[in-house]
Amino acid sequence: MSSGILTVNSISYTYHPERPEAVKQVSFEILSETVTAIIGPNGAGKTTLLHLMLGLMKPVTGSIFIEDVPISKYTRRELSQWIGLVPQSEYIPFEYTVLEYVLLGRAPYLGPLDLPGRDDVQIALESLAEIGIAHLEKRPVPALSGGELQLAMLARALCQKPRIMLLDEPTSHLDLSNRNTTLRILNRLRNNGTTIIFSTHDPEAAALIADHLVLMRNGQVLDAGTLDDTFTKEKLSLTYGTPVEVVNIDGMRVVRSMERLS
Amino acid sequence: MKNQKTITNLVLIILPLLVLGISLFAGRYPKPLFMPFSVLTSDELAQKLVFNLRLPRLITAALLGASLAAAGGVMQMLFRNPLVEPGFLGVTQGAGFGAAFSILWISTSPLIIELNAAAFAVLGLILSYFIARKIRFGGWVLRLVLSGIAVSALFSAGLGILKYMADPTSELPEIVFWLLGGLYSVTWEDLYYILPVVVIGLTIIFLMRWRLNLLSLSDETAFSLGVSVGRERTLLIAASVAITAVVVSVAGIVGWIGLIIPHISRRLTGANAADFIPVSMSVGAIFAMLCDDLARVLTTGEIPLGIITSLIGAGIFLVMMTSRKVSITK
Repeated sequence: MSSGILTVNSISYTYHPERPEAVKQVSFEILSETVTAIIGPNGAGKTTLLHLMLGLMKPVTGSIFIEDVPISKYTRRELSQWIGLVPQSEYIPFEYTVLEYVLLGRAPYLGPLDLPGRDDVQIALESLAEIGIAHLEKRPVPALSGGELQLAMLARALCQKPRIMLLDEPTSHLDLSNRNTTLRILNRLRNNGTTIIFSTHDPEAAALIADHLVLMRNGQVLDAGTLDDTFTKEKLSLTYGTPVEVVNIDGMRVVRSMERLS
Repeated sequence: MKNQKTITNLVLIILPLLVLGISLFAGRYPKPLFMPFSVLTSDELAQKLVFNLRLPRLITAALLGASLAAAGGVMQMLFRNPLVEPGFLGVTQGAGFGAAFSILWISTSPLIIELNAAAFAVLGLILSYFIARKIRFGGWVLRLVLSGIAVSALFSAGLGILKYMADPTSELPEIVFWLLGGLYSVTWEDLYYILPVVVIGLTIIFLMRWRLNLLSLSDETAFSLGVSVGRERTLLIAASVAITAVVVSVAGIVGWIGLIIPHISRRLTGANAADFIPVSMSVGAIFAMLCDDLARVLTTGEIPLGIITSLIGAGIFLVMMTSRKVSITK
């Protein structure tokens, strides 16, 4: 059923020729309609990897394929119909309403001089409803709380109707309840056919919904595979560079740090 | 809903034309304030005054207001900062320096002054751009802002030197009067000279107005939405700077329109650039024409336009900032 939708083939990237590579010889395959979590400590290269998959930067070596076609072969517009992005945070200095903001997600389907039409507004409203923030439609974006902004960004990406959605640390600013709301939505999007890839430094968030994990440290992939294969004490300890224990509580995987501070 | 849009669009076009029509009669001939219509039909001097002096002057005022307001709106969106104005990238100070340079050493003929002002305005932009590329830290917007500040400061220091060197009885007053901004010397030729640039620039901005919203997002988000961030931003900056440079070259430094009119327009329509950019153009045109009316009517001499726009603009700004209904984000 599931098949490879996005393939990363031994890519490397460096921000500066004299500095160490931010991403080193990374390879893995993402299956269609799955949730993949890229986990690792701060500075592991997760965001760089997401930006490379987005096409924002070109790898120095190696290539990335969507359905066996290198992403460099797609036009900007085609690529934006394939892949959507929810950034870590978004600073919006102007008081767009949530609907106006979400409507920006229609850009990949509009010509450079077009304005969004009635159909686009309809899709934006459906996205708001799907994410469960229809009531925020007329609120100015700068007035949203952190959790609401996260949901608005999700709705904007959903309005883009991408087949692959990249999310950069979607849960890191959120309290537990908002985190679970976001994860529940991601789960539902996957069930409706979207391929989800998100980065996080929180292994428990990953364990709650991910089908697959990519473990990263110092720009390299330590391991990639199913949750059961990779979510182990040994592999997570190696990834985070500190001893951890994986505990099973009521069928939920919890990670405990075993390092004593003194 | 659709009808309402049509009506709004009509108002945006008709209102400036109405102000233009009424403004033609405002002035101090034959007596202060309004010229009776009967004078226009019977008095040959009045006809000459209205059609050869006031009409090109008011059309230029309208283009000036629309251009500065649109350019200000665009810059605010692209720099993601509501306090930016079109003179930001060394353009205004460059124009001022160019005009003074011309008055001192080249020629005091208005056309030569205008050409010099325009050339130095563009030079200001080019310098800002290349210095920004040389700066080794910060994002692109921050680097442009920093180099724009530095280039503006350089030109304004240079302008200070020129003023110091200028002959205080002949050249200095001319420089000062130019810097204060005004449309007193505008002719049909001036208008023909700025018209093509202004029309092309405003058309580009008008057509791409919705995309400005996309460009106000972070680079990565805009990219993920299929925007060619670098290319579209450059096109819009070029259009804004070009129209600013040509209107400043004719009118001198007319401040505050580019800052205040986009703010007022956003208050009227909301932040969506598809709505507020056309309103900015219209309101900017009306504002500049009304200010120019005041410049002509208030005193027997003429108050420079730049003083009036600054006085009223800053006044409105203060009222807006202190009124309780406004909320400023960050």
